[in-house]
Amino acid sequence: MPQISITVNGKVRKARVEPRLLLVHFLREQLLLTGTHVGCDTSQCGACTVLIDGRSAKSCTIFAVQASGSKVTTIEGLATDGALHPLQEGFWEEHGLQCGYCTPGMILSAVNLLKDTPRPTERQIREGIAGNFCRCTGYQHIVNAIQHAAKKGLPKRAKRARRTPKAAASAATGGR
Amino acid sequence: MYPAEFEYFSPATVNEALDLLARHGDDAKILAGGQSLLPMMKLRIASPRYLVDVNGIEALAGLRREGDRLVIGALCRHADIAASSLVREHLPIMWDAANLTADVQVRNRGTVAGSLAHADPAGDWPAALLALDTMVTIAGPDGIRTTPLGEFIVDAYTTQLGASEMVTDVSVGIPPEPNGGAYVKFEKRAGDFAVASVGVQIELDEHEHCRSVAITLGALGPTPLRAGSAEALLRGSALLRGSSVAGSASDSAPDSALNGASAERLVEAERLVRDAADPFADTRGSVAYKRHLAGVLFRRAFAVALDRAHGRTVATLHP
Ligand SMILES: Cc1cc2nc3c(=O)[nH]c(=O)nc-3n(C[C@H](O)[C@H](O)[C@H](O)COP(=O)(O)OP(=O)(O)OC[C@H]3O[C@@H](n4cnc5c(N)ncnc54)[C@H](O)[C@@H]3O)c2cc1C
Ligand code: FES
Ligand code: FES
Repeated sequence: MPQISITVNGKVRKARVEPRLLLVHFLREQLLLTGTHVGCDTSQCGACTVLIDGRSAKSCTIFAVQASGSKVTTIEGLATDGALHPLQEGFWEEHGLQCGYCTPGMILSAVNLLKDTPRPTERQIREGIAGNFCRCTGYQHIVNAIQHAAKKGLPKRAKRARRTPKAAASAATGGR
Repeated sequence: MYPAEFEYFSPATVNEALDLLARHGDDAKILAGGQSLLPMMKLRIASPRYLVDVNGIEALAGLRREGDRLVIGALCRHADIAASSLVREHLPIMWDAANLTADVQVRNRGTVAGSLAHADPAGDWPAALLALDTMVTIAGPDGIRTTPLGEFIVDAYTTQLGASEMVTDVSVGIPPEPNGGAYVKFEKRAGDFAVASVGVQIELDEHEHCRSVAITLGALGPTPLRAGSAEALLRGSALLRGSSVAGSASDSAPDSALNGASAERLVEAERLVRDAADPFADTRGSVAYKRHLAGVLFRRAFAVALDRAHGRTVATLHP
């Protein structure tokens, strides 16, 4: 079995894998990074979107061996020291999710978009997320969330968030 | 979903890749962007025993101008074309096709050469590039040969490529000025394959008459088609200004005999385009519906191509 070495969210991960192992299964089942979702498993829905060397890709449509030597960013790699990434903050502030299934892929597509187009028009946002299906929101709040992040500016380090989603969720449920 | 087992190779040169193909022949497949091959392997429509991943072959990367041709390396992604200012300026028809193909993630990985090799009847690159002077460079055990795109694709999902051959680049002639081209596509949902698509590439002479025109149809036959009789009708003729073409002939309100004559000619061209279409019925539409679309999309593409030939920067209309 080929030996692979992939830098995932800044950490070098080495493994021996079958060539037919898809990147999404490597991330979820071997690295236990389950933030990357499998929606359709047929290259359509974008729930499995990650960044490979800075560009968005559907991780169900690339073999893990192909990513060897690359840098992969998943949703787990966006927040820094408990501070949400501006896009995560945008989704939080603008109610950009309901069930949350599409959210990790949606956010990584938005990272890809804002890198090339820091001040996108609404049309550019809609085209930028055309490869990501959401079955809950109707997309409008997702567009608002991305606009929120674009206003804040992506390149700068995210400001330290007042509270992380976990802390906020725990506050919302009375700490249960 | 797991594809069937295979052995994986990642050659560093074209020669190494060709050796692998020679050794494994019919049981081997080239892996480029993987955006058509992986979905087929996961559904086990394709089960190659050997995969030759060409992504590590540096000589296949990049997009460059060589004299009056644009050379598209076999690893050039749809997104590379969409980001190229050379393409945007000189070959807007390709810029349209790049931006209308699939979605962002697929465009980041899928390649132009892979699309041609895959030869999907509804593929965007085959239809758009057929309107240009496009040559496919093929490397094989007997050396290198080039073939015009129109001969390269022989049937649905079928090309001239032999089992031990591969595409190394695709080159496109940069048309002389003044020229304009456009590719329009009708899709049922964002990022989907075309229900139908039309490409138009026009060159004008010093009287702003049509020196040459190519009209291509996508998803309207087993392979992309040229609407030859419509092309012949328009060649050499005076043309309406683009913006007045998009509507139907009756709302273009011709204000001179010349415009009246060319409006009529255009209606006839549209009919010939519909006749040239040879669609099949599927979940995307009936034969009659797709034939009708061919005419509508022709008018839209023609209008934008003509506007661009007159130096105006216009976007193709999204449906
Ligand atoms: C969700 C989704 C939507 C899509 N929508 C569209 C669309 O709207 N329009 C459209 O045109 N396409 C669409 N596609 C297909 C996409 O454009 C593919 O990228 C393209 O068809 C194939 O290019 P590839 O580089 O990914 O090829 P691969 O998948 O790597 O290969 C495809 C075939 O070509 C062969 N091949 C590849 N490169 C070479 C080479 N250099 N020499 C010889 N053989 C080679 C392979 O062996 C294989 O048989 C879509 C795909 C997906 C997943
Ligand atoms: S799970 Fe990868 S695109 Fe849907
Ligand atoms: S929030 Fe449920 S699918 Fe998008």
